[in-house]
Amino acid sequence: MTTTEAPPAAPVPPAAEPAPPPRGTPARRRLVPYWLLLPGILWLLVFFALPMVYQASTSVQTGSLEQGFEVTWHFRTYWDALQEYYPQFLRSLLYAGTATVLCLLLGYPLAYLIAFKAGRWRNLLLVLVIAPFFTSFLIRTLAWKTILADGGTVVGVLDSLHVLDVTSWLGWTEGDRVLATPMAVVCGLTYNFLPFMILPLYTSLERVDGRLHEAAGDLYARPFTTFRKVTFPLSMPGVVSGTLLTFIPASGDYVNAELLGSTDTKMVGSVIQTQFLRVLDYPTAAALSFILMAVVLLVVTFYIRRAGTEDLV
Amino acid sequence: MGVLTDTGRWVRRNLVVIGGLLTLGYMIVPNVVVMVFSFNKPEGRFNYSWQRFSLDAWKDPCGVADLCGSLTLSLQIAAWATLGATVLGTMIAFALVRYRFRARGAVNSLIFLPMAMPEVVMAASLLTLFLNLGAQLGFWTVLIAHIMFCLSFVVTAVKARVMSMDPRLEEAARDLYAGPVQTFVRVTLPIAAPGIAAGALLAFALSFDDFIITNFNAGSTVTFPMFVWGSAQRGTPVQINVIGTAMFVVAVLMVVGGQLVSGRRKKTAVR
Repeated sequence: MTTTEAPPAAPVPPAAEPAPPPRGTPARRRLVPYWLLLPGILWLLVFFALPMVYQASTSVQTGSLEQGFEVTWHFRTYWDALQEYYPQFLRSLLYAGTATVLCLLLGYPLAYLIAFKAGRWRNLLLVLVIAPFFTSFLIRTLAWKTILADGGTVVGVLDSLHVLDVTSWLGWTEGDRVLATPMAVVCGLTYNFLPFMILPLYTSLERVDGRLHEAAGDLYARPFTTFRKVTFPLSMPGVVSGTLLTFIPASGDYVNAELLGSTDTKMVGSVIQTQFLRVLDYPTAAALSFILMAVVLLVVTFYIRRAGTEDLV
Repeated sequence: MGVLTDTGRWVRRNLVVIGGLLTLGYMIVPNVVVMVFSFNKPEGRFNYSWQRFSLDAWKDPCGVADLCGSLTLSLQIAAWATLGATVLGTMIAFALVRYRFRARGAVNSLIFLPMAMPEVVMAASLLTLFLNLGAQLGFWTVLIAHIMFCLSFVVTAVKARVMSMDPRLEEAARDLYAGPVQTFVRVTLPIAAPGIAAGALLAFALSFDDFIITNFNAGSTVTFPMFVWGSAQRGTPVQINVIGTAMFVVAVLMVVGGQLVSGRRKKTAVR
C-alpha cells in the first residue's frame, strides 16, 4: 500500500528548503528572529500561559487551607459554583452588554464629530477624549458618587422629569435613588470604557475618504442613506474592535459594581475576588474564573465570526 | 424644497455635533468634579458632598499617612514595567514584521490573548501560579504582572509603526556602506521611535492605573490605586483629589507642549 514512496534505488533529491531566507543569508541570521522573540515570548509563556494551567489544575482540587489542596478531578466544583453564582454571571454579561451598546451609541457621534466635523479643533477634541485617562480611574469613579448622590442635582432633575419613575418600574433604580442601583453601575461602566470605544471608532472613521460622502450625495443618497450604506459599513472594523475592547474588560470588572452598586448588583468579578482574597476558597474561585474566560472567549469568537461573515461583506 | 433639505441637513449636522459634545461632557464632568472637590473641606471622613472652599489639601498633599509612599511606589513600578515591556515588546514587534519564522500563528495568538482576557482572569490565574511556587507577594510579583499585561500593547503599537516603514531607507543605508548595527541605530531606530514612544506611554499609563491585577498580586504592598480603593472604604482624604488633579494638569500640559513643539518642527521643515 506504500506505492507513493520513492524506490530506494533512485537518487534522493535534496529536501526542499522551506522558503529560503531572503538574500542568501548565513544560517546565523536565520536564528535572529528567535533570539528577538525569546525573552518576551518566554515571559508570556511563564506568566500568562502557565498560570492558566495552574488555574485549571486548582479548579479541580479539593482540600482546605490548613491541610493543603490536592488534585482530585473534582469537576463538581464547576457545577456547584455555577449553581450558586449564576445570577452574578448573568448580571455581569447583562451589565457589560448594556454598557457596550451605550458606549457605541454615545461614542459614535463623538468619533464622527472628531473625524469629519472638527476641522482645526480635531487635536483639541482628541486630547479631551484621552485626558480623563490621566486621572486615576478609581478617583474618577468615586466622583460619580458625588454626581449621583441622593438628593443631588442629577437625581433631582431626573426625578422632576419622571425619568426615575420609569427606571424604577423597569427595576433599574429604586425609588428616588440612583446610587447603589443597576443604573449607577451601568453608568459607571459606560463612563469608564467610553475611550476604548471612541478611539478605535475614530481610527477607522478617519480612514474613510470624505469624497465617498460627496460621491454618495451626487448619486442622490440622502445623508442618512449615505451613513447607512457608506460610512457605517466602512467603520465596521472600528465598531468590532471597539465593542470587544469595551465588553471584555467590562464583563470582568468589579470596581464599578463595588463602588457604585450594592450587594444586589454584585458582578462575577467581585465573587472571584472575594473567594480568592477573603474566603480563600481557591478551587471555587479558579473554577469561576475559568468559566468567565470560557464564556468571554465564546462570545468573542461568535461575535467576530458573525461580524466577519455577514455584516462585513 | 432646497430650503427644506438645507434645513434638514443643518439640523442633522448639528445633531451629530450636539450628540458628540454631550458625550464629551459625560466624559469630562467627573474630572471637573475631582478638580472642584480638591478645594473642599469635608465634614466627615468622606469627600462626597460640598461643604466649603479650602486650600488645606493643596498646601499639604502628603498630609495623609501612606498616600505619597504609595504614589512613589506606583511611579517606580510603572517606570520599570514600562522599560521591561518596551524592550521586550519592541524586540517581538521587529521579529514579527521583519523576519520569517516558524510558529508565527502561535506567537500572534499568544500576544493577542492577554488583550482578549478579562483582567480578573489573568489576575486570579497569576496568583495561583505565585501561590503554588510559594513566591513572596510584593513589589516583584506586581512588576512581573505589569510587564506581562503591558507587553502585548507595546507589540501592537510598535508593530503598526514598523510595518509602515519604507524598507528602501535601510537598503539605501546599506548601499552607502553602513553596517547592520549602524543602519539599525542611525536609520531604523529613529524612524521607529514614535511607535516605541507610543507603546511606552501606553505601558506607563496602563501600569500606573492598574488596579485589579495589582490587587490580586500585591500581597500587603499598597500602590496608589490600591490606596484609593482602600480609602473608598475607610474615608476619602481630599489629598486624593489634589493628586488626581495635579496628574491631570501635568499630563495635559505635556500633551499640549508636545503638540506645540511638533507643530513648530513641521513648520520649519516645510520652510
